[in-house]
Amino acid sequence: MKYLLTIHMNPAAFDVLSEDDRNAVMAGHEAFIAELRESGEMAGTIALAEPSNSKTVRVREGAQTVTDGPYIEAKEWLAGFYVVDCDTPERAAELAARIPDAKFSAIEVRPVMFDGGMEM
Amino acid sequence: VTTGTRVEHLLRPLAPQVLGALVRRYGHFGACEDAVQEALLAAAVQWPDEGVPESPRGWLITVASRRLTDELRREGARRRREDAAAAQVPADEQLAPPPGDGAAGDRDDTLVLLFLCCHPELTAASRIALTLRAVGGLTTEEIARAFLVPEATMAQRISRAKARVKAAGGAFDAPPEPERAERLQAVLHVLYLIFNEGYTASSGADLQRAELTSEALRLTRTLHGLLPDDGEVAGLLALMLLTDARRPARSAPDGRLIPLGEQDRSLWNAASIEEGSALIGSALERSVLGPYQLQAAIAAVHAESPRAEETDWPQIAGLYELLARIAPNPMVTLNQAVALAMVAGPRAGLGLLSSLDGDERMDRHHRLHAVRAHLLEMAGDAAEARASYRTAARLTLSLPEQRYLEARAARLAGADH
Repeated sequence: MKYLLTIHMNPAAFDVLSEDDRNAVMAGHEAFIAELRESGEMAGTIALAEPSNSKTVRVREGAQTVTDGPYIEAKEWLAGFYVVDCDTPERAAELAARIPDAKFSAIEVRPVMFDGGMEM
Repeated sequence: VTTGTRVEHLLRPLAPQVLGALVRRYGHFGACEDAVQEALLAAAVQWPDEGVPESPRGWLITVASRRLTDELRREGARRRREDAAAAQVPADEQLAPPPGDGAAGDRDDTLVLLFLCCHPELTAASRIALTLRAVGGLTTEEIARAFLVPEATMAQRISRAKARVKAAGGAFDAPPEPERAERLQAVLHVLYLIFNEGYTASSGADLQRAELTSEALRLTRTLHGLLPDDGEVAGLLALMLLTDARRPARSAPDGRLIPLGEQDRSLWNAASIEEGSALIGSALERSVLGPYQLQAAIAAVHAESPRAEETDWPQIAGLYELLARIAPNPMVTLNQAVALAMVAGPRAGLGLLSSLDGDERMDRHHRLHAVRAHLLEMAGDAAEARASYRTAARLTLSLPEQRYLEARAARLAGADH
């Protein structure tokens, strides 16, 4: 079963961290990635640029517009994600708790929908 | 058919036999697997040109044993502490294939390998991966694609599983009698999971996953060949055949799921139904009753009725009642409720469903809400049915199923006006 673990970054909380703490977060990701690879549960990961780099695209009546900035202005933003493939939802939550950002931001755990189903 | 394809067909069932034989003799699971892969590769290259040897299995065992010996010696030289391993390796002249090629020995070897891959120390995901790799002979890349994970992840999962089996004590023989039945259960469960993983994937969109179904069928057929008198092995094979027979009818060309009651039964695979029904019929006569046999018997009752309206629901309800008695679980209760509703009316089915109230895990499971919606619809309670369909649609993790459930809800919304 695959789960998407999204990291919802709280910049206010991150900014007050000491340099050492921030370095520990970065090192923590490396360690976490190594751990996932080692356990055979890694299905993918991506780190995202800060939302001020975003562009938002809309198509209205066939015409496309591109505006600078994120779709939703919010205090917290999506900083990246992991996709893990593990046996139980409990294990997914356990893995989420090992993401270093869990200490000052929040990690959302969402099951991945799959393209199949039992006939009913 | 080219010679190359013929060789490939020949090699596939031989691979687990050769690996089993080597593992049994030397015990180094990982090293044995590498050696067998090399021997298979050598065969795939040489046999089409030079002809298939008289004893293909003996040839493979000899070549793989040599590779393994070389490898272990090299390791031994490289690392002196490998002395013990090197001492285990018999001299080359002892590596001649055993007499009576194709006799009892190779059968046991495949079985031993299956037992090993379903070692209790492994997680379900690892058992599945290892079984497909070592017994099924699928490549790591194929397995990774079938389970939609990166190849490196699958490779790691497999090598970890091998290491775990080794660390667990490396009992490379079939487990002793008291554990044997339990281990066979684990093997059946793994084969069942592989089948489901393939079967629940929508057809067409992902042929790789459909291959899992045929692989599970092939492995279960092999197991049935090894243990022809085991009723549960026969039951599982019958269940797979009878379920797989519906494949051509279970999804529309646009990928939409078609429920059992609405399937065009003329599309069902008659040969699979015939084989599955015969298998389960004789198993029920001869063997101790078990859950796979009962599920196969239920599938056979469905398969034998030419139209959904002619389904023998009293018999199905009776079989579910038996199943609930020998292997009680909430999923069985759900199916039992549907059967009961068909026999005694939707309110009776809903009554049985209420026995699951308060079960927190079930409350979050879409299937409970889907069944409740179905029974409420049968009972004419459109508003409640619609709400339950919507809840089920929100909870399901399957796209085609969500589509189906939303369509049912929408259909009832239309009935209001």
